[in-house]
Amino acid sequence: MAAGNGQATARIRTDVGLAARLSAIRHVFKGPEGELVALDGLDLAVPAGSFTAIIGPNGCGKSTLLRLVAGLLAPTAGSVTLGEGAAAAPPRAGDGRAGIAFQQPRLLPWLTTLDNVALPLALDGVPPAERAARARLALERVGIAGAAGLRPGELSGGMAQRAGLARAMVSDPPLLLLDEPFSALDALTREAFDAELQRLWLERPRTVLLVTHSVSEAIRLADRIVVLTARPGAVATVLPVDLPRPRPVQLTDPEVAEIDRAVRSTLAEVHPPELAPWSGEAAS
Amino acid sequence: MSRRAVRRLGEGLLSLAAFLVAWKLLTVVTGTPEYILPPPETVAASGADAIGSGVLWDHAAATLLTIVLGFGLGAAVAIGVGIALGKSLVIERVLSPYIVAAQAVPVLALAPLLDIWFGGGLFSRVLVCALIVFFPIAIATMVGIRSADPLLREMLRSLGASPGQLTRRLEIPSALPVIFGGLRVGVTLSVIGAVVAEWVSASTGLGVLINIADQGLFDTPLMFVALAALAVIGLAFYGLVVSVERRLVQPA
Repeated sequence: MAAGNGQATARIRTDVGLAARLSAIRHVFKGPEGELVALDGLDLAVPAGSFTAIIGPNGCGKSTLLRLVAGLLAPTAGSVTLGEGAAAAPPRAGDGRAGIAFQQPRLLPWLTTLDNVALPLALDGVPPAERAARARLALERVGIAGAAGLRPGELSGGMAQRAGLARAMVSDPPLLLLDEPFSALDALTREAFDAELQRLWLERPRTVLLVTHSVSEAIRLADRIVVLTARPGAVATVLPVDLPRPRPVQLTDPEVAEIDRAVRSTLAEVHPPELAPWSGEAAS
Repeated sequence: MSRRAVRRLGEGLLSLAAFLVAWKLLTVVTGTPEYILPPPETVAASGADAIGSGVLWDHAAATLLTIVLGFGLGAAVAIGVGIALGKSLVIERVLSPYIVAAQAVPVLALAPLLDIWFGGGLFSRVLVCALIVFFPIAIATMVGIRSADPLLREMLRSLGASPGQLTRRLEIPSALPVIFGGLRVGVTLSVIGAVVAEWVSASTGLGVLINIADQGLFDTPLMFVALAALAVIGLAFYGLVVSVERRLVQPA
């Protein structure tokens, strides 16, 4: 390594870039029964390389927020940009800057797992041999290389969800968007998944935006927890999680209870009690 | 042949035998004269004659050609139009009244008009056949294209799929079972279309053979031979569509 590189690295570290910025977002859904204001006055900056968890009950606009960042929705007012400085530009679905994994695996039932994972590459016109090799690598990374030839109907729920994650990562996007990808899994599978997600993130640091409604999952995984207010959603608070990594499934650090309490008390403040399932959830 | 195939063949032969026995009994018990309902063996003998002299094959070949071209043309255009109807509400609003109106007019009434416009040749007959095939396949395709899972649509959109990629990667594969439902209906209708077209204008074809047997020869057994040939053609094409469907459509 040349001597000058140390300086360059130091500069990148001190000036941590932004992966995404949402400013003064308002998003309104127009339906047959009138308007629904999903988000209003939402500001959020996502530092590059950070793992950010977004928490709040269903209906507070978490998924809408993620779809704005993915470029699947355009905000009614306000602006969304990915990147920073001259490179900052509104997201466009499929521009390769963000990969998204949904709550359901959303695999095409007539394709093999390998072809499903290779789909983003196929749409981009990557030659068959190269996309098969890259999809195989992505399947290996999520631990289901053996399922390459199976069809989605033959996969278990956990395997299908891993395939969905592999598809989101196959084109190696700098920003990974996860919309409650583990919420349909049983508790044990989910914890194993959390551990693997952390491993994947440590292997290849990238910006992750995880929507969840599990406080313990947010603490296990995230650097920062963004708590949203009740609808219309805005940022209530951003809590840092300064715990050493890799974090075990069973966190025992004394700070955990403190962060847990902070998240829950914010949630209790901003959400009416019937919308706050956290009050009953045991801290882990 | 697998045991299952043998059993299915056995079932088919048994039901055919039962049908022939019932037919024979009906003629014996009611004493119906041959020119109204000939017994199966008379029809079989007439059929053997028609096959031996090559008459049946000449007529059947003409009808087969009309069906293959008419069904092919009708199905291809119908799937294309069905995709356009399914993808665009505007196209559906503009086109569907004409399509439904054209379907409501009996093809038997349209055939003479096509005969005037395009002459009494093969093209008119193919067109009649294609027209009758068009409607069920176009509607099935439209419905099928719209039935694609909205969650999968959003997934493809998140990957930046173009409208064409969305159609090829998601909408057509999801629509295939429904499209094949339309093709099954369409292929049986194509036999009707071919016969109707031949009644209006043709010198050969099974429809023509029926007319000759009826009005020229008063040969009821020959008429039955032509009807049986049409039934066999219909079954064969239906079976062909089903076997292509088995190859293309994955069981869910």
